[in-house]
Amino acid sequence: MGLILLSPVDLALASLLVLLLAAMSWWLHLGVERRVLIAAARSTVQLMLVGLVLKVLFEQTHPGLVVLMAVVMLAAAGFEALQRQKRRFCGPWGYGIGSFSMFVSSFGVLVLALTVIIRVEPWYQPQYLIPLLGMLLGNAMSGVAIALDSLTRGAWDARGPIEARLLAGATWEQAIGSIRRDALRSGLIPIVNAMATAGLVNLPGMMTGQILAGSPPMEAAKYQLLIMFLISAGTGLGSVVAVWIGSRRLFDERERLRLDRLRDKRP
Amino acid sequence: MAGLRLEALRPRVLAPVTLELQAGELVLISGPSGSGKSLLLRAIADLDPHEGQVWLDGEPRSAMAAHLWRRRVGLLPAESFWWEDRVGPHFPGGAGDPESVRRLLGDLGFEPEVLGWSVSRLSTGERQRLALARLLTQEPEALLLDEATANLDPANRDRVESVVEGYRRARAAATLWVSHDPEQRERLTAKGSGRELLIRDGRLEP
Repeated sequence: MGLILLSPVDLALASLLVLLLAAMSWWLHLGVERRVLIAAARSTVQLMLVGLVLKVLFEQTHPGLVVLMAVVMLAAAGFEALQRQKRRFCGPWGYGIGSFSMFVSSFGVLVLALTVIIRVEPWYQPQYLIPLLGMLLGNAMSGVAIALDSLTRGAWDARGPIEARLLAGATWEQAIGSIRRDALRSGLIPIVNAMATAGLVNLPGMMTGQILAGSPPMEAAKYQLLIMFLISAGTGLGSVVAVWIGSRRLFDERERLRLDRLRDKRP
Repeated sequence: MAGLRLEALRPRVLAPVTLELQAGELVLISGPSGSGKSLLLRAIADLDPHEGQVWLDGEPRSAMAAHLWRRRVGLLPAESFWWEDRVGPHFPGGAGDPESVRRLLGDLGFEPEVLGWSVSRLSTGERQRLALARLLTQEPEALLLDEATANLDPANRDRVESVVEGYRRARAAATLWVSHDPEQRERLTAKGSGRELLIRDGRLEP
């Protein structure tokens, strides 16, 4: 079983399917044809660029370049997580909370995996580090964004009950407790669901990729398991950190609910 | 038994408020809607950021944890909110002395079964009276009441007035009561232990 190399013509054929999808959107008045085309164009450019960059990176194994790549990925993930929240925190907190929690969780789990579990030499070898980081960040990004969105939305909607609890002598942690738990739960549910149905409904993307690239299915399954465990831990840790900092930021030093620290809802 | 002293307290929309309530004293506040009555009470309870200082019985608020302060200086907002499905869990203090909770509920016109009721099925007036009961079981040392009888029929209004008056006298709790109703203000001050203040153009005046 070897790797069948794809030619530009093969890809062009596949892209015809996306064009067909856009045409269908136009024909059915769905109004998403522009977005479909732009997304397809974006993914083409981004993935080709990443392919080129990784090619250079793998040939060098220069720590500085690896760090640069990681920082770019984190910055993009922070921006994307921010975009996905309806009510965000004002000022640098909006970007900071998401990015910081993703940094702590993804990099923590990543370094652990590279040094203790996979034992790569040197541990920052980009062929392992970059794809792992990408998967960790991508999933932590979804979890963190959903959790923060649920937290700020929940606090906004429950201002009355939260303040009623404060007036009943509750601490800020008691007053926001149930909202915080809901936020964490909603951040964790996607990855837990993905774990529970992995292999039954669909083959996870990474495993599929490895099998297509010629790896023995058992090896691909083992790698997929490893990744899945790392991702759940990373997503869970990221959500916990984000929700903890976020909920603390919703109250000030006198335990007042400070919804003025949230921006107005985006249309 | 506690007096309440406000010094240069400055909620949004109001000029700095300096006011002293003796232990057990009743002060009624009126003023057009939007004049800042509720904001003043919220500021005393420390729910909104503002300048100024408040003392309870000579103890400065800043020296006290915020949740402790709010337990001791009890605010009854104009609109009550609930965080559990049933009424009972909102009365955790009642676990210590169920008898006093039962008596309080009775004084406000409720049977003890009300604790098993679902909050979503309460009427506005029932919520308002139960919110007062919830507040009083916390045994606050000073009371801040925002339109405590706005949604009540005369019989229940009288019940609330007498419960609050009973509590104020028994505990010598300084009480700041925002009321729109001139007859109510007259009734409460007629007994000789209250004074009236008015908010006009952002100032608190006698």
